[in-house]
Amino acid sequence: MTDTERVAAVRTEQAPGTDPHHRAGGARGLRDGVLWAAGVALLALSVAVAVTIGPARISVADVWSAVAAHLGVGDSRLTPIRDGIIWNLRMPRTLLAAVCGAGLAVCGTVMQSLLRNPLADPFVLGVSSGASTGAVVVVVLGVGGAAVSISTGAFIGALCSFALVLLLSHTLGGTTDRVVLSGVAAMQLFSALTSFVVMTSADAEQTRGVLFWLLGSLSGVGWTDVWVCFTVLVVTLLICLGHARTLDAFAFGQDAAAALGVNVGRTRIVLLCTTALLTAALVSSAGAIGFVGLVLPHAARALTGSGHRRLLPVTALAGAVFLVWVDTLARTVLDPQEVPVGVVTALIGVPAFVSVLYRTRRTT
Amino acid sequence: MTSNGTAAGLRAQRVSREAGGRLVLDGVCLVPPPGATVGLLGPNGSGKSTLLRVLAGVLAPAAGVVTLDGEPLAAIGRRTVAQRVAVVDQHADTQVELRVRDVVGLGRIPHRRAWSAPSRADEEAVREALERTGLAERSDQSWHTLSGGERQRVQIARALAQQPRELLLDEPTNHLDIQHQLELLSLVTSLPVTGVIALHDLNLAAMFCDRIVVMKEGRVVAAGTPTEVITEQLIADVYRVRAVVTQDGPDGRPSVRFLPGRAE
Repeated sequence: MTDTERVAAVRTEQAPGTDPHHRAGGARGLRDGVLWAAGVALLALSVAVAVTIGPARISVADVWSAVAAHLGVGDSRLTPIRDGIIWNLRMPRTLLAAVCGAGLAVCGTVMQSLLRNPLADPFVLGVSSGASTGAVVVVVLGVGGAAVSISTGAFIGALCSFALVLLLSHTLGGTTDRVVLSGVAAMQLFSALTSFVVMTSADAEQTRGVLFWLLGSLSGVGWTDVWVCFTVLVVTLLICLGHARTLDAFAFGQDAAAALGVNVGRTRIVLLCTTALLTAALVSSAGAIGFVGLVLPHAARALTGSGHRRLLPVTALAGAVFLVWVDTLARTVLDPQEVPVGVVTALIGVPAFVSVLYRTRRTT
Repeated sequence: MTSNGTAAGLRAQRVSREAGGRLVLDGVCLVPPPGATVGLLGPNGSGKSTLLRVLAGVLAPAAGVVTLDGEPLAAIGRRTVAQRVAVVDQHADTQVELRVRDVVGLGRIPHRRAWSAPSRADEEAVREALERTGLAERSDQSWHTLSGGERQRVQIARALAQQPRELLLDEPTNHLDIQHQLELLSLVTSLPVTGVIALHDLNLAAMFCDRIVVMKEGRVVAAGTPTEVITEQLIADVYRVRAVVTQDGPDGRPSVRFLPGRAE
């Protein structure tokens, strides 16, 4: 609860019944605080528990011990193998799942608000298709040799696609619908390129590998991925939070936003570029994990309402917790075989999506 | 309309603007007297909406200048302009799930800084705006459950939450039935602001406006009190229709009755 809200709440108590709105505001602030604390605790607990799940039996205490040892507080009482499983395999994977979930959900929220389109997601500007093409060019055609990793290829592909979308939408007039249409065009183009390369040049093994990557997978990620993505996530989140009230202003369109003193052109370019960069970083590390960026913003709005100052942090938390559990499921449900996490997000996400939409359906 | 020497308030000085190779505004001057309600009349495409958008600073004039207390809008900065000038469009819609108070709260955006939570002054302004427009009881209602008239009232409340001194309205009564048209215009003219309203209905303009400005093909063709401006000759010239104008409206204001057939 902020100071202002506390003052408002106190004032209401002094004059009962005269001002129901301030009371509502205070209660909302309190509810937000509780929601926040619960969310952070839930995320920490989810990560700790998710790390224990898998073929090797590990307890939450083991996780704690390994983390403490690596952070330099206390000594690990674990064998090097168990320590390695926790610290080098499951921990980075789980944390990257959290970062990806948070990042995709935040990007989706910003895209939906900025483009005024409830169907927008982080991939609406063709970033994921561009990344696929980049990855395929590296893996299948072997461009760049050993010097260029699949992640680097994907990142370059993503930026190419985004640049094309910016150029197209600018040439076509720069309005919101032109941005979306340019994204659709780029998506189609790069999907076609990817298919073309796979069909003409890839062997069966490569095709399977590429397909797996395209659907999104967190297997085999390391601490570098985690740090890179986490840094980009934090920067993006700060920039978006700085634009929270500006994003609110877009509710009634860009003219209405301009009349409220928003620099529409600058806001759009800044937010499109930052979210595209974050999406590109996430896709390069973990593939195109679908559905999180589309569904989680809607679910979070149902929880907090549509004010972005509350919505953005809650979306990030919800996305993080969601993807931690979905990835845990993806790597364990068919053990030892792994299901692409993007498949699981859709399988779980669609019913959740429908239920959220049903709950918030309009009465008129 | 002549300048009265001081530069108080919002005024357009010989503003022009092109769109698609056509002059939509051609050297338009507009000096609304402080506190007055100015009705902007004219056929479709006469430049009313463009003029309002230029006045709001949403569009920049190609030539001429819009000043606020003597300073050009471009030199003031959008946020500062939005703290003084509020806009209500003929139709507002959103996909976002918003409650009435959320929409009204949007009016505080120009007054808030990045990162900051709404202050007590913000909450107070929203509460006042809701009360003034008779919406206090419905502040938690969803925007999507409101009728057209109620939605426009919420937009007026949002504009009031901006605490403007100038209020620009672009055909705000377009989609409303007659009861809501009268209600909305009574509300707008009772506000302590300088109002500029684009309107289609000559009788409503005559009834509610202190001054009338008539536009045609991007130029101001007449300006003055309703009685001075709304005449049979002007209606024939501007709209190409025949009409009988009598001075038996409320407070002896002009009342227009249209006749079939085109005016020559």
